Formats: sequence, structure tokens, C-alpha cells
Amino acid sequence: MVAPPVTRPTAPVSRTDKAARPGPLVTATVAFLVAATLIPLGYVAWAAISIGWTRAYELVVRPRVGELLFNTVALVVITVPLCVVIGVGVAWLVERTDLPARGFWRPLFVAPLAVPAFVNSYAWVGVIPSLHGLWAGVLVTTLSYFPFMYLPVAATLRRLDPAVEESARALGSDSTGVFLRVVLPQLRLAILGGGLLIGVHLLAEFGAFAMVRFDTFTVAIFQQFQVTFDGAAGSMLAGVLVLLCLVLLVAEASARGHARFSRIGAGAPRAATPIRLGRNMLPAQAGLVALAVLALGVPVWTIMRWLWIGGADVWVLDDVATAFGQTVGLAAIAAVLTTVLAFPVAWVAVRSSGVLARVVEGANYVTSSLPGIVTALALVTVTIHAARPLYQSVALIVFAYMLLFMPRALVNVRAGLAQVPPSLEEASRSLGSSPTATFLRVTLRLTAPAAAAGASLVFVAVATELTATLLLAPTGTRTLSMRFWSFSSELDYAAAAPYALVLVVLAIPVTLVLFRQSTKVAAL
Amino acid sequence: MTTTILEIKGLAKSFNAHTVLHDIDLALQPGTTTAVVGSSGCGKTTLLRLIAGFESPDAGTITIDGRQVASPESAVAPHRRSVGYVAQDGALFPHLTVGQNIAYGLRGTTRGEMRTRVGELLETVSLDPSYASRRPHQLSGGQQQRVALARALARHPVLMLLDEPFSALDTGLRASTRKVVSGLLADAGVTTLLVTHDQEEALSIADQVAVMRDGRFTQVGRPQQVYREPVDRFTAEFLGDCISLPCTVASGVADCALGRIPVQGSAADGPTTLVLRPEQLVATVVSDSEHLDGVGTVIATEFLGHDVLLTIDPAGDAAPLIVRQHSLNPPPIDAKVRIEVVGTGIVLE
Repeated sequence: MVAPPVTRPTAPVSRTDKAARPGPLVTATVAFLVAATLIPLGYVAWAAISIGWTRAYELVVRPRVGELLFNTVALVVITVPLCVVIGVGVAWLVERTDLPARGFWRPLFVAPLAVPAFVNSYAWVGVIPSLHGLWAGVLVTTLSYFPFMYLPVAATLRRLDPAVEESARALGSDSTGVFLRVVLPQLRLAILGGGLLIGVHLLAEFGAFAMVRFDTFTVAIFQQFQVTFDGAAGSMLAGVLVLLCLVLLVAEASARGHARFSRIGAGAPRAATPIRLGRNMLPAQAGLVALAVLALGVPVWTIMRWLWIGGADVWVLDDVATAFGQTVGLAAIAAVLTTVLAFPVAWVAVRSSGVLARVVEGANYVTSSLPGIVTALALVTVTIHAARPLYQSVALIVFAYMLLFMPRALVNVRAGLAQVPPSLEEASRSLGSSPTATFLRVTLRLTAPAAAAGASLVFVAVATELTATLLLAPTGTRTLSMRFWSFSSELDYAAAAPYALVLVVLAIPVTLVLFRQSTKVAAL
Repeated sequence: MTTTILEIKGLAKSFNAHTVLHDIDLALQPGTTTAVVGSSGCGKTTLLRLIAGFESPDAGTITIDGRQVASPESAVAPHRRSVGYVAQDGALFPHLTVGQNIAYGLRGTTRGEMRTRVGELLETVSLDPSYASRRPHQLSGGQQQRVALARALARHPVLMLLDEPFSALDTGLRASTRKVVSGLLADAGVTTLLVTHDQEEALSIADQVAVMRDGRFTQVGRPQQVYREPVDRFTAEFLGDCISLPCTVASGVADCALGRIPVQGSAADGPTTLVLRPEQLVATVVSDSEHLDGVGTVIATEFLGHDVLLTIDPAGDAAPLIVRQHSLNPPPIDAKVRIEVVGTGIVLE
């Protein structure tokens, strides 16, 4: 298993050794969750063993797999660097130069996150119907995912101490030299983290690539599943995909090394003096406008165009309302459940420094990086073989969402919990409150804003999820993304437009939450 | 009034093979204030946390008001100990108003009674009852400390624990808050245990002072006793400046560069070291014609506002002495001064 890189400063070694030992309920919950996160990896290992070595070898070493491998690797190798260039460039322009209206640009480049990649793909196909293959995939995913790079890099740039850059200037470096020798090295962790996130999303994406007829492993696994259901070929493709994913994790972890954030939180440093763009002002502005048009203008314009073409006919209100209701219902259940379960895990991670805490972190880190299709396949297989009544049940799909999106809740709850000083809990104990009462009256109350932010992130992730939902949803389920997918697969783009619009509108408030968080806390 | 409120016997605690407390014994009489004083990291906060119940001991027992609350085998949970605890920064709940903070530990009362009680408690700590509706962040450090105290007092604890309660305050505020707090704790008759690294604070506020070094008490006693009659050099130097002079003791009198000085307690005859407090020395200017014992020359003066530090070179081979006295009309440099010793000295190896 891959060791999790330490991205945040470790909690100070607690004095409260005995008091911090988790109770049986917490331990049981955490143990259950860790066991659950091992299901996808366990499934892949079990499939490889049960198929047998020779058959597995035949299934893996064949031209089709080579083609998929080339596509997937090329996609990652081209898209991630593109996102680094765009994300870092935009963040630097917006945070560090005298560009006018920076307050307007800042949130604008987070906004593409509100448009699911498969909706973006649909939009581009609407503009250029012949779009297909590797470059189409690169185009769509770069425009959809560069904010994953922009957000952490911008947040880091804002936190960098300008005194360090001023020292570099005083030591004789020009603007370019300062950027390359001082700023860029300090952005390394943010770039690596963002790059990993983009890589993982690229491996997991299905809808966006299926729309532009570009075959990656995930797309192929999905097609295989539709043909043979629980087939050996699909399992082995999933195995290769998991290996690719682990390669990404190891690469990121080793590039990160033992690096740590050098300056953490101790009050806001002085704001940096903006760098004058001078003659480069016009090209810079033109570039930002072009990016905004490509990343946001195209999807908005296409959705509006199809809505205009479709007119009132595409608004089958019954159907939209049903889909909306089901989406919100599923997303709300999953968000609440995931956030509630995140509490014991976060508590263990923050307050105890034992083996359990490290196992929890590691298991969560790996599973959350696995593509949704692997988790979905694993759950299909496990329920068919071991728990038939659960197959295609609401419980199972909610469980899948929890496995997939636990980190979004966890990161927030953990950050919130870490900000509650143990001295407040001790004060409450000495004032006569039991541990449970203390948790409810002090800890929970102070963690509530962070938990709400985490829950809203899970909510939108579930609302816009497509791959696992298609595989696991009970018969008769019609979420917004499923309806959108079925119409756009039938090339009825106009009928799909209302669902795309509702999806985007649902995601906008949460995108704002993300943006505000990145301007405040270090954790992302 | 013979029962002890807090009795600690043979208490020991270690963290990861590092022993923080060794074999601590301490007893607190009802209504008194005890200060544990020591440098940072000496284990004094751990002692407080053991008494409050946030940690459990490796050995020894803690008995509060006749009830054993901690031993290596069993421990009473912190919320069942009727102990008040005020943390270094006050630890006020940021999500509650001042009134809600104070009412946090109150049980089974109506809203009206609660409000009256909160008002009373605020008055007890010299704050206006209108503060009840404020938020902790709207208060100054000293006010936050007083609210934390009111919050802890609300439950009528039999024992109040204060963890460096004044260290976060600036100098002026520290002295005044200290006065207010010790006054109201005495009025309320609450037995108090306070830990601090500030020896002046410990000596001024406490009825009993326990000096701690590396997890052990070097001396426990009344403030005057530990200051005037320290049992070892560490305690002597920790509690204030010391002047050490080589001397020879013969039948209770030490013969040194400043003349013959009576020694406190019993000291074996022979050569040893005499320790005096700087305020025991008084330097007075003498005319050149007088040649008496204990005359020296001022070689440097350091003006400190209220006081002045005189560096005096005594006649003979002895090392220069530092004399602290009030700064009105200090002797100038090169003046001949006679050094008189007030009181007795102590002999420490």
C-alpha cells in the first residue's frame, strides 16, 4: 500500500495520551470504514486470482489493452502539464500582477468546476460536431480540470511571505528569476497536489470521453460491463486501471518527498506589491478572456442555444421535477451520512497519533483515488455474490457515494476539528459536562461550519456523478445526470439541455463555497 | 478546620519514558492559596492536569475533600471532581456569549435564576452585568481571565486550579488582575492551587509556596520561609537574587569580607559559603578618613528607575558585590561606602 504523503502539519503530539484513546463505538465505526475502503482493491486482487494467471495474462497482454494504455497515458501526460501551465499562469496573473478587476477574475476561474466534464464535452460536441479522439479529450478535460490546479496554486501564492521574494530581489534576481528560483519551488506542493487530483480525475472520467468517442480504460470497462456484465475481461481492465492509479500516487508521493509547507498560518503576511505588467497587459488580458470564453462561454452558450432551439417542448416539467427530486434526495442522504461518518475518522486522525490513525489516512487516500468505475464494479460483484438483496438498492448506491466522496467531507471535518483547541473541551469537562455532552455542546458546535462545507461538497459531487450511478442505481432511478446522459446518448441534445442547466445551477453555490474556503484555509 | 482539601501522596507521571513528576507530596488546607512555582517544563502544569483529571497518574494518589479521585488503578472523570479549572488563556467558548459561558456549568435552574446568578458572578469578578451579552473576543485579556474564573466559580468547586492565569496579560494588567483574583478567591473562601513561573507572583499571592524543579518539590513552605530560609542553592536562586560570599563559620557566626554575620539555623563549623539577599546589604557613603571594617569602593552604578544597582569592590581580594537599594541620592562612582548587613545569613553548599 502506498504511504500517504503528509500534506498538512501533523497535530502536535498530544499530552492527553489516555484521554485521547478512542472509545469502542468510534473504533468500531472507523474499523468498519477502513474495511469498506478495502473492498475495491480486494475485488481487483480477488478477480486476478480467481481468473488464474494464464487467463489473466492473456486478457492483459493484447492489442486492445495496448491501445487503451496508450490513450490513457497520452491523455494524462498531455493534459496534466497543460493544466499546470494554465493553472499556474492564471493564478500568478490574478494574484501577483496589477491586472485590473482581479476581484472579478478570481472566482471566475473556479466557476468551470460547476460544469461537469460530461456537460462540457456535450457543449463542445454541440459547437464542433466532428470533435473526437485524443485531442478532443485533452481539450475538454483541460478546460474542465485546470481549476483544480488554479485553486491550490492561487491559495499558496496568496499565503507566500512577500518578504522572501523581496530578499531575493535585494540579492539581485529580476522578476523572472524570482519567479523561477523562489516562487515556483514554493508552489511545488500545490502543483503536485493539483496534478495528482487532475490525474485521478482523468483516469476516472467516463462521460466526457464517451461523448467524444475517445477510449480510455474507464470507457472500455464501462462498455465491457454493458456487454458481459460481470466479465473477466472487465475485471482485468479494472486491474490495469488500478495499477495506473497506484503509479500516479507513487509518482506524486516520491516527487513530494519530505517537503513541507514552510510558512503556516501564523497570521496573514503583508500583501505583496503587485508586479507591473506594462506592455504585457494586453496579451495577458486577451489570454484570460479567451480562457474564460473557452471554459465557460462555450458550455453556457451551447446549453442556451439548445434550450432556445428546443423551446418550451424540452421542458417536460414532470420529468425534470422527478429527476431533480431524486437527485436532491440521493445527494442529501449521501452528504449527511458521509459527513456523520467522517466525524469518527477525523477525530481519530486529529486526536490520536497511533497506528490506527495512519491506517485510516492511508486507506482513505488510496480508495478515494481509485476511479469510481472500479468501486462500482467491486460493489456490483460483491453484492451479487454475497449480498444479493442489496444489489441495485438505494443503500448500496449511497454506500458507493460514501466510499467515493468521503475525503471531501473528511478534509473539511478534520480541518474544523483541528481548530477546536483541546483546552475548550477540558474546560467543559471541568465544568461538569460528560464527554458526550462536551462533544455535543462544544466540539460539534464549533465544527459545524466546516462540516456543512464538507457536506455541500459531497452533495454536489453526488448530484453530478455519472459513472457509478449508471452502474449501481436501482431500476427506475432517474437522476438529472442519468436523464442528461440518456438524452445526449440518443443525440437528442435539445432534450438534454434542461438537465444540464439544472445540474450547473445546482453546483454553482458549492463552487462558491470552494472558492471562499481556498481563500481562507490552507487545507484543500 | 483540620481536614485537608487536597492531599497528594507519592504522585508520579511519565510520558513516553520521560518522567515528568517524581514522588510528589502536597497538602492544601481549607481556604488557603498554594502556589507551585518552577521554570517552564518542570512538570507543574502536568501536576495541575492530574488533579483536574485530564491525565491519570502512574503512581500515587490524589484525594480531594476526603474522596480519592485518582490512583493508578482508578480515576474519577474530570466532570465528577468538583474542581474548578482556569486555563492559561481562559479557554472561553467562542461560540457562546459571556453569560452563556458562565452559565455553562449551571444545572437545573430556571432562566430567571440563571440570569441573576450570572449577574452576581460577574459582579464577583468586578465586571458589569451588562457584559453578559458580549462575545469573548470583545473582551480584553484580563476580562477574559475574570470571566473564566466566574465560570469556574459558578459551580462552587471545593478546589480551584489556576494554570498560569496571569501570564498572558501585560505587566500592568497582571498585577491588578492578580490582586482582584486573589482578593475574591479569599473572600469566597475557595481553596486554590496556582501554578506559575513567576516567583514574585507566587510569593505575593500564596499562603504556601511549593518550588518545583525537574518534577520534584525542592521546598514547600510559607512564602517568607522559602525566601528567607531556602534549603538549597537552586531554591535560593530561583526565588530571587543571591549574594554568595566565601566564609568561615565558627559557633553560629560567619566570618567573611563583610565582617562577622550571624548564621541562621545550625551550621557546621569550618570554611563554607554564606548566602545573603541583596536587600540585606545597605551601602552608606563614608569620608576618606574613616577606616573601618566592611568599607569598599563603588566601581559601577546601574540606574533601574525605582532601584539602583551598585557594584562595590570590597577591600582585600574578595570579588565585587552587587548591592540593590532605592535610587534616591545613590553614591557616585569611586565613592567609599560602608556595607552593613541587616539580619542573618544562611549557609549553603
